Amino acid sequence: MHTKVRVQTTINGEPQEFLCEPRQSLLECLRDLLGLTGTKEGCNDGNCGACTVLMDDRVVTSCLVLGVEAQGCQITTIEGIARGSELHPLQRSFLENAALQCGICTPGFIVAAKALLDQQPNPSEDEIRLWLANNLCRCTGYDKIIRAVKQAAEQMQEVNA
Amino acid sequence: MKWFDYAAPASLSEAVGLLTAHPGARLLAGGTDLLVQLRAGRKETDLVVDAKHIPELNAISYDAARGLTLGASVPCYRIYKDKNVTGAYPALAEVASLIGGTQIQGRASIGGNLCNAAPSADSVPLLIALHGTCRIAGPRGSREIAVEDFCTAPGRTVLQPGELLVSLHLPPPAPHSGARYLRFIPRNEMDIAVAGAGVEVVLENGRFRSARVALSSVAPTPLYVREAGEALAGSPVDEASIAAAAEIARKSAKPITDMRGTADYRSHLCAVLTRRALEAAVLRARGKN
Amino acid sequence: MKTQEYTVVGTRPIRHDGVDKVTGRALYGADFQMAGLLYGHILRSPHAHARIRRIDTSKAEQLPGVKAVVTAGDFPEVPERMVDLGEGDTPLSYARGNVLAKGKVLYKGHAIAAVAATSVHVAEEAAGLIEVDYEVLPCVLTAPEAMQDGAAILHDDLKTKEFGEQTGRVSNVAEHFRYAMGDIEAGFAQAEVMVEREFNTATVHQGYIEPHNATALWNNDGRILVWCSTQGSFSVRDVTACLLDVPVSRVRVTPMEIGGGFGGKIPVYLEPVAALLSKKTGKPVKIVMSRKDVFEGSGPTPGSHMKVKIGARKDGRITAAQAYLAYEAGAYPGAMVAPGAMCVFAAYDIANVVIDGFDVVVNKPSTAAYRAPGATNAAFAAESVVDEIAEKLGIDPLDFRLKNAAKEGTRRADGPKYRRIGCVEVIEAMKNHPHYTAPLGGPHRGRGVAIGFWFNVGLPSSCTISVSADGTVNLVEGSTDIGGTRTSIAMQAAEVLGIPAEDVHPTVVDTDSVGFTAVTGGSRTTFATGWAAYEAAQDVVRQMKERAAKIWETEAASVALDRGVFQSGDKRMTFQELAAKLDQTGGPVVGRGAVNPRGVGGSFSGCIADVEVDPETGKVTILRFTSVQDAGKAIHPSYVEGQMQGGSVQGIGWALNEEYFMNDAGSMTNSSLLDYRMPTALDLPMIDTVIVEVPNPGHPFGARGVGEANIVPPPGAIANAIYRAAGVRMNRLPMNPPAIMQAIWSQRD
Repeated sequence: MHTKVRVQTTINGEPQEFLCEPRQSLLECLRDLLGLTGTKEGCNDGNCGACTVLMDDRVVTSCLVLGVEAQGCQITTIEGIARGSELHPLQRSFLENAALQCGICTPGFIVAAKALLDQQPNPSEDEIRLWLANNLCRCTGYDKIIRAVKQAAEQMQEVNA
Repeated sequence: MKWFDYAAPASLSEAVGLLTAHPGARLLAGGTDLLVQLRAGRKETDLVVDAKHIPELNAISYDAARGLTLGASVPCYRIYKDKNVTGAYPALAEVASLIGGTQIQGRASIGGNLCNAAPSADSVPLLIALHGTCRIAGPRGSREIAVEDFCTAPGRTVLQPGELLVSLHLPPPAPHSGARYLRFIPRNEMDIAVAGAGVEVVLENGRFRSARVALSSVAPTPLYVREAGEALAGSPVDEASIAAAAEIARKSAKPITDMRGTADYRSHLCAVLTRRALEAAVLRARGKN
Repeated sequence: MKTQEYTVVGTRPIRHDGVDKVTGRALYGADFQMAGLLYGHILRSPHAHARIRRIDTSKAEQLPGVKAVVTAGDFPEVPERMVDLGEGDTPLSYARGNVLAKGKVLYKGHAIAAVAATSVHVAEEAAGLIEVDYEVLPCVLTAPEAMQDGAAILHDDLKTKEFGEQTGRVSNVAEHFRYAMGDIEAGFAQAEVMVEREFNTATVHQGYIEPHNATALWNNDGRILVWCSTQGSFSVRDVTACLLDVPVSRVRVTPMEIGGGFGGKIPVYLEPVAALLSKKTGKPVKIVMSRKDVFEGSGPTPGSHMKVKIGARKDGRITAAQAYLAYEAGAYPGAMVAPGAMCVFAAYDIANVVIDGFDVVVNKPSTAAYRAPGATNAAFAAESVVDEIAEKLGIDPLDFRLKNAAKEGTRRADGPKYRRIGCVEVIEAMKNHPHYTAPLGGPHRGRGVAIGFWFNVGLPSSCTISVSADGTVNLVEGSTDIGGTRTSIAMQAAEVLGIPAEDVHPTVVDTDSVGFTAVTGGSRTTFATGWAAYEAAQDVVRQMKERAAKIWETEAASVALDRGVFQSGDKRMTFQELAAKLDQTGGPVVGRGAVNPRGVGGSFSGCIADVEVDPETGKVTILRFTSVQDAGKAIHPSYVEGQMQGGSVQGIGWALNEEYFMNDAGSMTNSSLLDYRMPTALDLPMIDTVIVEVPNPGHPFGARGVGEANIVPPPGAIANAIYRAAGVRMNRLPMNPPAIMQAIWSQRD
């Protein structure tokens, strides 16, 4: 008989426990078991970045992580990016710069960009483009996304200065 | 994807035991190839064995006298952030940052890239050029093998039932040496090499003391082109020597025509990339870049 | 109204749905959940062309967790008839045949059967247990191949229509039509220079990031409830009702947020299948395509085989132009070749024109619209030839285009005469842009230009606006919002009402809750649904004036509204103040707008592209890119720029690397987002934009739909840039590195 596995994690700062099949991806667990549907599926093979989440200190596509591998990990999803009732500077700058059209890739871009700004507060345009090359957007041509990330970086530095 | 069970052994012996007991088991490192293949039905398994809790597979250790030992499941992002790697093996750090994009690099490992045994594996030509060796553990103990002998066919390796790749070893870089891997892809990231060339050169008094050249995506396995290195050894460091080696690389390639390019185009790229990689490696050996 | 009088139109408010979309709260089709939900999976054909001898579903049905299996046999029996499914008339059997194959499969990926089960994994496993006995048939994969005598025939009942007449001849050519104007032979006789070239373009996909999805519940009261991501909730309703042979009133479609469409989410694939599975199980059923399903089982846009011939006098005037356009419809007739034929020379004023179009079926997925469908292929061919003629004549390529540009009064070969258009203004803006004269700054670099046209289709839209006591309004509309149209529509209502955009609360609702609204497509949403909002707001204003008149005991005709303030004589009241008094003056105010605009014009676009070509690998780098487009009046300039940038980059992807790579057996070998190479952020520069505003006489604010024309010129511009960088004229798309290298080698030989 097939047995599901109990997984204990921390998701967006809160302890979370869930029961999953080993074949279920972290993406499926987040969406179908935990109702965290902000993380999107675009390709299910790691090439579009729509399902990007943070897993401890790294940025991963959650479709290429098994739910069982999240045991003991800290996971951050798009639902955990805003600071309480206040939007994260990236979320604000995406809105102000019209950096989304359909919005399906937006959660992945914001999570990936947050990881970049956490480790490189003042990235160049080239660094932003390289970092975000694992996130596909088909609507915007990336122009406004790159500007939004730059603007958020500048605003975060002003606040920290 | 069919049901499979999951195990996360905490020791090498436990892992070997599981793999031996379950001939259909698959080792999971970053999962960036395995999960895609399981989902697409290209592979099946009843047990996934997670390699990431086995200490030997997750360590990077460097010693100026003995070289680098790289655990097989160390993800790329740890490799290119490692000061010893960027200092002593800058070409390896570059290759780790070429595989996939940011998110893939958070999971994918060089060991996994080798075990997946794709002809296009970006890290393998460079590992060959850098005299890499593989440490393999199995039910009958452990053994060592040169990287160029590891892959046997697309998706196939020398690993026997119950065996797993523990680590890769690179000797310390020789004085006045430089290495570089260059690939050709139509996009600038997130792409599979149409062709690639990994080289290492050691220079001495304006001549190549030795050199090694290996190619990706132009044969059923990553291809070590011994003759190209032998032709360079003892030759002056000049355009003619490099062009001759590039021509040997071109002739050694046995590419196929597929969606990534025609056979002629890929052979042509082998010459271009070998030349460019050798030029870059020479600059590096001379301390410029 | 004059432009400078606008207070809301032309500004850049934050989009109303923005916060939900940056926090992950917005619900897209695949996010829909419901108690008792089952998961569906579709079995697809492994062959490009085969007869289905037998389908055995018994093993699948026995797998634990499986609740139902359906095949084409589960559709109700109905006699053949023509149906309009939102994109023109098509035989019902074709529409159903593409949703679930009957008798034959016509492409690899063709849906055959579907399973509903308790989990996606069980459903997928069960689909693998369905046994299908195929008789594999030879396949045809390109238009020229399919048009040959003796080619394998896809449909035994498909007879070629020629120049509007039925020929009775069975072939893969569904239709051959011709647009002609003037005297083509006399025109070419006047020409002093002539260029004729042949072009091929590969099948490409819209590449939206969100896969198709649908959830359906066949309720116990007989109503069919659908939740999905679609460009047109009403066309999903109508198609689902038609295929299931129920009245449209039995179907309610709730449009969820949609993750891109670009034309590809107009056709219906999953909804009727989910409904059939729900009928059998009594439970809601959700089906989500995999990425491979999207590539192989949804509708890409046609590959094409084209010839273009243009003649001109030495003074630079084009005397005649001829085009032959054969487009691959995929498995069923309906390649977007007619719009391609309308657009191929649409940017030019040419007296003598002949355009032949061929709609050809091949063993590839049934094609769908893709942003300015048909026009990009055609413009690649025409703009390459125009560039070559200008070069032969020694005339600057933009001057040559200016000399021949279409303007008000120019007649297109397909009949219509233009009203006021902005073709000349677009070309002039390109010429005046600093990009056009900037130094290229290195070897192996080149600059190319091209222009293009696309329509605004009009079609019906509905909208209601109700006034709240706090002076805000709720706006209800039926156009799914793919790129900020809630806001561009709300802004038009706000402008009329004299209130801030933020005080209009737009909601996109289900098909029971708003009047008929056609698809979000054809560059029509801001244009037509915006117009409906304008009408609804005018209706509100009329009623509000009556209320003010009642309070002031005067005639409604004496009440004026200016920037949100009602006045009559020396009496004044703000919109907000009056809104608070509705209860005392007769109750709620609800305005309605319903429009069906005709003869609505279109938009011209042009671009300047700088490229560098690696002479050793053939790889093209886009160094700089400027897109220029006539927006009529940009309602929300940020989202106009966004459309221009997005369309440009899709055009760049189409130009350089995107293609369905088919093996001889008709199987797509690159059906992943790794191998189907859409541009990443690292492949592009910033995309500069210039919005030209030549007001559209057919819209209250002068707006033109801007969603599509921007994809039309990039492939031509890039081809022309490659020529200047590497000396080779590319006659195929994609212009990928091996093709460019091959062209460089051929030229050396």
